[in-house]
Amino acid sequence: MLQLRSGASLGRDPGCAGRQLDSGLMLDLTPDEWTAIELSLRIAVVATAVAAPFGIAIAWLLARKDFWGKALLDGFVHLPLVLPPVVTGYLLLISFGRKGPIGAFLADTFGIVFSFRWTGAALACGVMGFPLLVRAVRLSIEAIDRRLEDAAATLGANRAWVFATVTLPLALPGVIAGMVLCFAKALGEFGATITFVSNIPGETQTLSAAIYTYTNVPGGDAAAGRLVLVAIALALAALIVSEWFARRAGMRLHGE
Amino acid sequence: MLAIDIDKRLGQFRLTAKFEAAAGVTALFGPSGAGKSTVVNLIAGLLVPDHGRIAFDGTALFDSAARINVPPHRRRIGYVFQEGRLFPHLTVRRNLDYGRWMSGISRDDAETRHIVELLDIGGLLDRRPGKLSGGERQRVAIGRALLMRPRLLLLDEPLASLDAGRKQEILPYLLRLRDDSKVPMLYVSHQAAELARVATAVVRIDGGRVTALGGLELLAAGAGASA
Repeated sequence: MLQLRSGASLGRDPGCAGRQLDSGLMLDLTPDEWTAIELSLRIAVVATAVAAPFGIAIAWLLARKDFWGKALLDGFVHLPLVLPPVVTGYLLLISFGRKGPIGAFLADTFGIVFSFRWTGAALACGVMGFPLLVRAVRLSIEAIDRRLEDAAATLGANRAWVFATVTLPLALPGVIAGMVLCFAKALGEFGATITFVSNIPGETQTLSAAIYTYTNVPGGDAAAGRLVLVAIALALAALIVSEWFARRAGMRLHGE
Repeated sequence: MLAIDIDKRLGQFRLTAKFEAAAGVTALFGPSGAGKSTVVNLIAGLLVPDHGRIAFDGTALFDSAARINVPPHRRRIGYVFQEGRLFPHLTVRRNLDYGRWMSGISRDDAETRHIVELLDIGGLLDRRPGKLSGGERQRVAIGRALLMRPRLLLLDEPLASLDAGRKQEILPYLLRLRDDSKVPMLYVSHQAAELARVATAVVRIDGGRVTALGGLELLAAGAGASA
């Protein structure tokens, strides 16, 4: 009951509710549950941070350039959104697994291993969140007045500087929204992750996988319930933080 | 001196322009849709001519025969747009500094102060464009284009988006600018009265062609012909 109340008050006062949440849940969460939460956050942060630059680049290409195979690229980016997650996970397994062509190459050349590691979970989560990221960023780039970019060019800015000083700052609300969507998707991703890197406690067992496991264990309901509350709190916190950032960015654009 | 001799097709519209613009304010005068804005966009490099040559002081900015096309960011041509096009996410001060920053021109506080005083925008420096009036916005846009030390200043209907009162507010600044700076200007407008106050030479454009070159007397003739 205490936890429910602290979750509900989050909307009014995030700082204070955060402390309540900590002290309220610290007592109840087991080390295994903390591990799953910490792992989920790490995976979602890494997945979002790595996906963001690629997502922004592809969104810019789709919004601003016409090239051969554009429809194909657009479709490919959107595949994880429409494919069953299990299929995406399986495709990752056969391409990025230790014996897969890309996985073997990365392991031999850079020593990066994905299969049955948290890095693989981050990859799966990044791939699943990617279309959401690209869509949000693309829409916000398309909404920018291109005449402002022309004005920047007449003031001496080359293409890279135009992008860095005009396009990207003006697209910032969309970039933030896209990153939050990607982060939320990564936090909740289940199907592709469990197919690709399985459900190993401490390595690939995310919040979602842990909840799934607890619901299949006799007497696991209490643990599952606690983790569900954590999942709700994290999702709400991500929304509130992004709303705050987006409003600040929007205010700057409208001259305040 | 600017020398232009180009052809450009845009859909059904054909533009053929050949003229020269020396020091002072050269008016590009003609009715709406005559191709005036296309000409300044070609000079700025935002549009690419199909054929021809654009040169400034003997150096080619565009030359189809020699395959030269200097990109807009290397032309050092200031451009004041009809709608200002200030960067909404930057303060007035940073809008003014933008051209120097991008062109790698070192700061010159005396020059900045001079232009800020000339345009009377000292009180606006910490505001963002969203909070400026139309007239203030155009004055900042003129300052932004001037502070990058352009070789040539293009003004495309800089007063067209303003009501009559605001126009009277900006015109004195444009006159001060003309008499104060050595930068040659190309001033696009379809308003003869406005041009009569600022221009020193006139290029008349009609239906995508240059129909007359000369002095201010063309403005009167033009007003008569188009009325």
